[in-house]
Amino acid sequence: MAPLATSLDVRADFPVFDRGFAYLDSAATSQKPRQVIEAMDSYYRCSNANVHRGVYKLAQEATDLFEGARERVARFAGSEAATTIFTRNATEAINLVAYAWGREHVGEGDEVLITQMEHHSNIVPWQILCSERGATLRYLHVSDEGLLSLDELDQVLAEGRVKLVSVVHVSNVLGTINPVSEIAARARAAGAVSVIDGSQAMPQMAVDVAEVGADFYAWTGHKALGPTGIGVLHGRRELLESMRPFLGGGDMIASVGFDSSTYNELPWKFEAGTSAIAEGVGLGAAIDYLGGIGMETVRAHERDLTHYTLERLGEIDGLRTFGPGDPDMRGGVVSFEVEGIHPHDLAELCDREGVCIRAGHHCAQPLMRELGVPATARASFHVYNNREDVDRLAEALQKARKVFGL
Amino acid sequence: MDELYRDYILDHYKQPRNFGTLEPHDLEAHDHNPLCGDELGVHIRVDDGKIAELRFHGQGCAISQASASIASEELIGMPVEQIGKLDADWVVDLLGISISPTRRKCALLSLKVTRGAATGDASWPE
Ligand SMILES: Cc1ncc(COP(=O)(O)O)c(C=O)c1O
Repeated sequence: MAPLATSLDVRADFPVFDRGFAYLDSAATSQKPRQVIEAMDSYYRCSNANVHRGVYKLAQEATDLFEGARERVARFAGSEAATTIFTRNATEAINLVAYAWGREHVGEGDEVLITQMEHHSNIVPWQILCSERGATLRYLHVSDEGLLSLDELDQVLAEGRVKLVSVVHVSNVLGTINPVSEIAARARAAGAVSVIDGSQAMPQMAVDVAEVGADFYAWTGHKALGPTGIGVLHGRRELLESMRPFLGGGDMIASVGFDSSTYNELPWKFEAGTSAIAEGVGLGAAIDYLGGIGMETVRAHERDLTHYTLERLGEIDGLRTFGPGDPDMRGGVVSFEVEGIHPHDLAELCDREGVCIRAGHHCAQPLMRELGVPATARASFHVYNNREDVDRLAEALQKARKVFGL
Repeated sequence: MDELYRDYILDHYKQPRNFGTLEPHDLEAHDHNPLCGDELGVHIRVDDGKIAELRFHGQGCAISQASASIASEELIGMPVEQIGKLDADWVVDLLGISISPTRRKCALLSLKVTRGAATGDASWPE
């Protein structure tokens, strides 16, 4: 066995592991450290009040906790508080852009450009927008190694009809790390707005959204050790200021008349209704926790586990992995299939050994079609995983082959 | 022997009976299980009010494929009228294994498409 590249050992911080699972489904949702659970618990026990409008001390305390979390989340991502909008999840963040920016700027004959490796969250909002506005949705191809081609991007942009480019930073199926700053720069040069779906990237590598340089960057809290119900949209200030609101209601207004209203300033203009306050506080605790480990260390750990997984799975007869072979080019997720056993059966047989993997289309049906498979099995990692989890997976897969008489 | 993946289940999975397409056919339906992407279609030829020939096609997990294969042997010869009366227990009993809630739709898919073809009712059997 190759020596351990990292000695990260934080499993004791995650209460769920008392149950002994080898949890290999963090690309779907991560587990939560005690620090996050306690921050939310403490918020409800000691500091709960509605934010922004209260005069009394308790309301001010709740506001400070929530807005303090926003500031730290913004700093963590290389953004600022005013341009860091809390949403329900990445899906809502992308929809916000599709509705509030897309409906004003995408029209008949225009094009929206995405890729074949997108999650449904980064496909369906654009399908809806395009069909509403008479625009065309186009897809960049994914090569056999799971990569995009910047040449193809250049060619499509040169045709001059693309208004918006939206690309996943790290694929939740292939693991591919896409060259998002190059993509954003090329989109800008061609006069198109860029959106990056960072749902799998922000949780596992150092991302500086200013450095990425896209107009919008979306991610989701629950994959980054945070709670469900909170996501983030970072946006370029000029765009956010010029955009109309997404949802209307309380909190997003400056004043309301009988016929019309004026809107609140950023970021609250895009946060109608009472926010997910405890979840915001929880997300703040999650990024504090990740920051404490250091995102370089998190990335090194994921890279090591990915490398080790590719190695161990490579020993299994009839097993094929998808995505780039080089662990430097991929995040902590490995999709695979085993000849003669459907992924659903693999996941069931792994579950019997206490190994949690995902089977299915991973909300990426167009990509599955491109790969020519109905579904894949998928193992994905976070800070609490170790090589022993991967060994347990490899053993469970060997056992599954025996059950199937292979 | 495995309690779920019994020899006869794996046998039907690896060598499914009555699989393929049927041209011409009188009845057909096609559906999928959104949970895991199992896909199954059926072609039926009717003679004298009875299922004379039937072919399933598609791809899926061992449970959905074995369920189709095993059901096909019972369905051939059955009056079309009777298909609408078959319920979930019919397939589950045929399979002869205990099905967890997460695998239930895999087991029921074959009856769902067959009922869809025969009656137009595309709901999940109960
Ligand atoms: C790449 C990618 N984009 C978007 C999403 C959607 O995240 P959420 O469901 O939290 O909006 C996911 C998670 O499933 C994902 O992996």
